Amino acid sequence: MKINNIDDLINLKNKMQDKIDNRLKVNNAIKKHDVLICMGTGCVSSGSEKIKDVFIKMLEHRGISEKACIYSTGCFGFCKLGPIVVIYPEKTFYCQVGIKDVKDIVDEHLAEGKKVERLLYKSPGTKQVKEAIDSIPFFKKQQRIALRNCGVIDPESIEEYIGINGYFPLYKALTELNPQKVIEMIADSGLRGRGGGGFSTGLKWKYASQADSDEKFVICNADEGDPGAFMDRSILEGDPHSIIEAMSIAGYAIGADRGFIYVRAEYPIAVDRLEKAIEQARGYGLLGSDILGTGFNFSISLRLGAGAFVCGEETALIRSTMGKRGEPRPRPPFPAVSGLMDRPTLVNNVETLANIAIIIQNGPGWYSSTGTERSKGTKVFALAGQINNTGLIEVPMGTKLKAIIYDIGGGIPGGKKLKAVQTGGPSGGCIPDYYLDTPIDYESLSSIGSMMGSGGMIVLDETSCMVDVSKFYIEFSQDESCGKCTPCRVGTLRMLEILRRITGGEGQEEDLDELMELGEDIKESSLCGLGQTAPNPVLSTVRYFRDEYIAHIREKRCPAGVCSMKDGVTVETV
Amino acid sequence: MSELVKVTIDGIEVEVEKNTSILEAALKAGIEIPSLCYLKEINEIGACRVCIVEIEGVGALQASCVYPITKPIKIKSHSPRVLKSRRRVVELLLSEHHRECTTCIRNINCELQNIADNLGIRDLSATGETKSIPLQQNNSFIVRDYNKCIKCHRCEAICSKIQEIHVYSSLNRGADTLVSPAFLKDLGETNCITCGQCVIACPTASLSEKENLWEVWESLKKEDKYVVVQTAPSIQVTLGEIFGMETGTIVTGKLACALRRLGFDRVFPTDISADITIMEEAYELIERLNGNGRLPLLSSCCPAWVKFAEHFYPQLLNNLSSCKSPHEMFGALIKTYYAKKEGLKERDIVTVAVMPCTAKKFEASRPEMGWYGYRDVDYVITTRELGRMIRQAGIKFRNLDDEPFDMPFGVSSGAGAIFGATGGVIEAAVRSAYAIINKKNAEMGLIDFEEIYGRSGVKVGTVNLGEKNLRIAIAHGTGNARIILDKVLEGEHFDYIEIMGCPGGCVGGGGQPILGGRDHKRISLDYRHNRTDALHNIDLHSQLRQSHDNPDVKKLYEEFLGHPLSEMSKKLLHTTYTPRSP
Repeated sequence: MKINNIDDLINLKNKMQDKIDNRLKVNNAIKKHDVLICMGTGCVSSGSEKIKDVFIKMLEHRGISEKACIYSTGCFGFCKLGPIVVIYPEKTFYCQVGIKDVKDIVDEHLAEGKKVERLLYKSPGTKQVKEAIDSIPFFKKQQRIALRNCGVIDPESIEEYIGINGYFPLYKALTELNPQKVIEMIADSGLRGRGGGGFSTGLKWKYASQADSDEKFVICNADEGDPGAFMDRSILEGDPHSIIEAMSIAGYAIGADRGFIYVRAEYPIAVDRLEKAIEQARGYGLLGSDILGTGFNFSISLRLGAGAFVCGEETALIRSTMGKRGEPRPRPPFPAVSGLMDRPTLVNNVETLANIAIIIQNGPGWYSSTGTERSKGTKVFALAGQINNTGLIEVPMGTKLKAIIYDIGGGIPGGKKLKAVQTGGPSGGCIPDYYLDTPIDYESLSSIGSMMGSGGMIVLDETSCMVDVSKFYIEFSQDESCGKCTPCRVGTLRMLEILRRITGGEGQEEDLDELMELGEDIKESSLCGLGQTAPNPVLSTVRYFRDEYIAHIREKRCPAGVCSMKDGVTVETV
Repeated sequence: MSELVKVTIDGIEVEVEKNTSILEAALKAGIEIPSLCYLKEINEIGACRVCIVEIEGVGALQASCVYPITKPIKIKSHSPRVLKSRRRVVELLLSEHHRECTTCIRNINCELQNIADNLGIRDLSATGETKSIPLQQNNSFIVRDYNKCIKCHRCEAICSKIQEIHVYSSLNRGADTLVSPAFLKDLGETNCITCGQCVIACPTASLSEKENLWEVWESLKKEDKYVVVQTAPSIQVTLGEIFGMETGTIVTGKLACALRRLGFDRVFPTDISADITIMEEAYELIERLNGNGRLPLLSSCCPAWVKFAEHFYPQLLNNLSSCKSPHEMFGALIKTYYAKKEGLKERDIVTVAVMPCTAKKFEASRPEMGWYGYRDVDYVITTRELGRMIRQAGIKFRNLDDEPFDMPFGVSSGAGAIFGATGGVIEAAVRSAYAIINKKNAEMGLIDFEEIYGRSGVKVGTVNLGEKNLRIAIAHGTGNARIILDKVLEGEHFDYIEIMGCPGGCVGGGGQPILGGRDHKRISLDYRHNRTDALHNIDLHSQLRQSHDNPDVKKLYEEFLGHPLSEMSKKLLHTTYTPRSP
């Protein structure tokens, strides 16, 4: 079936309305439950696909299939407690559900309406039971805009996406707004690039729209590479249509009719959902020619990356998209002027795009009412490391680090003391505990030697050695350096060698100065963002945790007891 | 005329066309910004970071070689901030470079060494692991030393963009990155056409010719060996550069003198063999025009091009002229005709060829290029190796007197001389073909060229041979060759095509002097034009401008070969080709 015009779209939405309402609206006369099972990578790897099968079989076996619908959905974010099953309309949140638990949920909850208490969430300290998903502190302080549909709809159903107003923003853009107006709205919303750079999205669109060319392209950068970060993966897995819709809107705004999604091959579930979503959108005519009868054409193809970190850098990504080795090139010219096949190309990150349709739907004022003066909206973070509630969160810009770590993250396990928070991945830095009152926004994080980055947030407690942490990141950057420019290729190796000496008990006093000096030089002279930021983890740890370095060098001692202090030492046999 | 923009570099104002790079603008302002990876229009990648500069209002330092000037900007090219970073970049390069300058083949002619010296680097602040990868030299033409590679990618660029062979690419990541053939293979195991353009492009000694000069010295030492040397037409216009003379200086007389002083028993110009080649090839052309053999006839005097054809256009191998290249013909004649004439035994003769070329080294090692266990040419040395021999012998080259070549063979035509530049072979061949068909010499300017396909590396023209018009083409650089060969495969008609493997022909050969030392900032390779002009001057001022008029050539046919394409000719002067994997 094709959706040829707005009437077709409205008809389909109406058809889906009841189903979605039944799920989301509190309804005392429960006729039927919606069982949503997380099919994000985390829950899938702990068996959620099997759990879904068992649910379906068990319902059939009991002869009560009419009592519940079983759905896959995207990531809820509370990955530590997966596999997660949420039952609507009560919003009952079941965690760490095993195959054996399905029977109880079916027999008690679905058949009898009784909650299975032992699977409900309990606050770590008070052991207080929280039944509904929105009563759990982890979710309470969050504001989900980019993740709005994750855990709410079935990502493999375009109908469900349309049921919650999907593709209406695209229609609005195509019919009510001219391209300039679309760009204006995005600019007015204050949305900035979520991939790490933080450049104004509206401005980027404007440059691409102003470039004069017979052909332009939109590329979605889904080459998420920071260690421990999985914001983009979750969005692609949980809400692929929001990306397709946003790319179409971007295509309309800048005058492009072709889009590419550059996604890591290590994200097989995301790739699969994207393929299905593109197929469905094509089937309905929401991708292709004369979309919604407006005369607008747009198509999307996937390009799979082989997992090189540097391919997240837009010029390297463009080269890789063309089948060449992923190496950045100097800018200018910027991709908005000359990108894919030397044509003007707009490259936007997944999370950035996830905000587009809703901005068009609700208006820029609605979006910019959240956030700080210069950083608008929300930001998704992947909470990892030594923190109770590891997982994916979305908070308004300006939220304080403290609130993220203690209110949402549930604090540090085992009563340990927080030492630092690493943000921005290999490009970012380590923020010491005394900066916990820092509001999270682009400028604040930069001012304390870290950066927003794409949203990795790794919590380190007192058992972490900061020298070892900085060694880990510089080793990562050295491994992932494309090898094109000298400072990044050789310089990061020299930094790594110094850090190996220090953690191996062979550090010299002057090593610290050389490390800082070398780091500054690499930042100054490297070709791309990877090299220009690679020294940050080292520079920020030397700045805030100098005493740890000194202990390694002078006393040949690792205060956290992490470093063996023997690496590289030749043990002579007597 | 494109828009002009005024920029200020180190306080000097200069006006340049929009989109000019800062590096080029600085040269215009009389400021030399050091660079390593940059080669104009060939490699503009901003990778080495040596040419970084400070631009007012732009946060990060920018690579001046690729930063396009689009509006009036203020640039500092040697500020303390720039120098600190630039010095660091060069120190980092040196920290992974095998610094064995005194024993290096590029000592005093190395761009890295020169920059390090200019920056006054005396000590490295950060040193560490350096790679120790064994030399790759399991071939007869090029030595690859990965431990001296600075990853400028100039070899890769020239091989991919100009020659379109794509032998080199990046391997591995991070500090393990290598610029190398796939799977780190030796060049001899790849489809390398041995042209040596990568050697010319290399700023250090990571790529160099396989030296044969030591074997030549050994032969010269032996009393019982009769060592005959021949020098390719282009050597006389390039050798002087090694001794500080201007590019394009003609040093024919000094060349002959120097070779004699080195102890060679006989000193001949390969130019005469070019005349012989023309005789054979002109007759071959006429044969094919008469319906015996395939058209178009493709020239075969460039061994890099021949290997290119064997790899990439095996379906056209029957179109290749069966003529060996001139130095191989000459080697064969010296060991037969000349030996007989002088009462020498083949086994006592050592033939040495001074060539502009690494491919000739490969060619000399081909099994087809010899007979009965003897090699046509025993040793090929490049112009650079000859320069080294002259220096080793303490000969003050610039002060040498002009001496003639030895007789016979000492006389050659202007047609032979222009073999050394693109278009020369076809020009020489049609001069003779015209004369053979019309029984009289043509006026000069036989070929009427039209520039086509928008690339100056490819030309198509027509030649009036009197009774017949020939459609001819020339291409130099194998990337350009593809253009014309693809036209042939598509069915476009040509009668005769000349292809030279190297851009510019032999004057741009992979064995020619590398101008990379203190006196030459090498940001392009276009100095070959002066060399070409010099060869054309030799032709213009020659009394003898037709190969078939060369008295020594006539005598050779009378006394030994009989006539072109005779049985003896075919045995000694012609060869066969082998398809190779693409």
